[in-house]
Amino acid sequence: MLGLTIQQIAYIFQGAGWTIILSLLGFVGGTVLGLPIALARSSNSKALRVASSLLVQFIQGVPLPVIMFVVYFGISIGGFEVPALVAAGLAMTLYSGAYLGEIWKGCIQAVPKTQWEAAECLALTPAQRFVYVVLPQALRIAIPPTVGFMVQIVKNTSYAVVINFFDLTYSAKVINNSTFMPFTVFTLAAAIYFAICFPMSVLAQRYERKLHRS
Amino acid sequence: MNEAAIPRIQSKDSPAMSGSSQPMVRFHNLRKSYGAVEVLKGIDLEVSSGQVVALIGRSGSGKSTALRCVNGLERFQAGELHVCGYDLSAKDLNLRNLRQDVGIVFQSYNLFPHLTVEQNVTLAPRKVKGVGHTEARELAKEVLAQVGLSDKVDAYPEQLSGGQQQRVAIARSLAMKPKLMLFDEVTSALDPELTGEVLRTIERLAADGMTMMLVTHEMAFARSVADQVVFMHQGRVWEAGPGDMLLDPQTVELRQFVGSGL
Repeated sequence: MLGLTIQQIAYIFQGAGWTIILSLLGFVGGTVLGLPIALARSSNSKALRVASSLLVQFIQGVPLPVIMFVVYFGISIGGFEVPALVAAGLAMTLYSGAYLGEIWKGCIQAVPKTQWEAAECLALTPAQRFVYVVLPQALRIAIPPTVGFMVQIVKNTSYAVVINFFDLTYSAKVINNSTFMPFTVFTLAAAIYFAICFPMSVLAQRYERKLHRS
Repeated sequence: MNEAAIPRIQSKDSPAMSGSSQPMVRFHNLRKSYGAVEVLKGIDLEVSSGQVVALIGRSGSGKSTALRCVNGLERFQAGELHVCGYDLSAKDLNLRNLRQDVGIVFQSYNLFPHLTVEQNVTLAPRKVKGVGHTEARELAKEVLAQVGLSDKVDAYPEQLSGGQQQRVAIARSLAMKPKLMLFDEVTSALDPELTGEVLRTIERLAADGMTMMLVTHEMAFARSVADQVVFMHQGRVWEAGPGDMLLDPQTVELRQFVGSGL
């Protein structure tokens, strides 16, 4: 099939499996890091706002492959041997945490100030105002951009190839090296990436439309 | 203004007017500035229990700012303000306690769009006062009946007209059993028909003896429902008196204002 053996194709799909696993790690880790960043970025405390802003600026100012290198080799220099998956997962966590934090900060701020005020006037505590009034509205606003960003996460996991993490890009490279059919192999890889990302793009658009209708 | 649509009510006796008990709200020489701009230049004003006080005046006269000082939404720089026994200039003022006694309704309703009418009304009683589930349902029924919206319990705010949303906002405030209600231009975003239904709701509250301060541009309503009308001009109480004061203004400014308003 396509001039490739079943084993070779299976090998490429095996890489795709790890791409999905790394994407999930990046999304879960990014959520764990991004939520506190979003809260700190929209907090009343200036120290928290400045500190979180610096962190975000720093991560956003460094290319993802460089973050991968720094995490992978940084940890080895510290004397710990880590599998590429852990290093790539950490790098993806930093990367998506910074971006998701910014996206969610925007969603929290998109809830009108008058909602905070109305909740305040009903004697709710600051935490109650956030949890019962602002957060549910911010979540609704957050769904389309968050799903949209997940597409970025999936595509950017391919940078993990720089630290020799076995993902879809890596497995395609290996098969190309042995078959010398770059067009076929990388078109197949592209088709698989597209098959993973396209449904998410459609989902994001659908949520977007739904949000605008209401 | 369709005055005929608003039934006149009898001006109520104000028990606290006798002077024996403390007024519910007392401004004394209150001053507030935004930066270099002084917006309240020494306000003196008293509201007794059971009284309805209407604040009128041009935009920028300071009436909304004065109202928002009463529940601590705006802080002031000098003078005194006592509300329901709380000293609002005190450093250790517990705003959350104050706000359980003082409800406020805004021009833009500010209902919570993700919650049903009942959830809007019961959120604060449940979370702040720890009212139980069944009790909260009863409470919602009671206050929604007060504003004539018993059939809208499960509706979402977006499914209601502006007038209905504003009445839900009033019910949401009532559910906290406040001693004092503040109304900040609550009909300014509504057409005359919807304005009428909201004003009638407020009138019923007045007839039930609720103490209220309202900022309004509805002159006929202010005259008929308020025990005291306060005309504010350039950050000062310019003229104050019973509703009929509007028929016989003592100052040029009020005469001009009433002349342009009616």
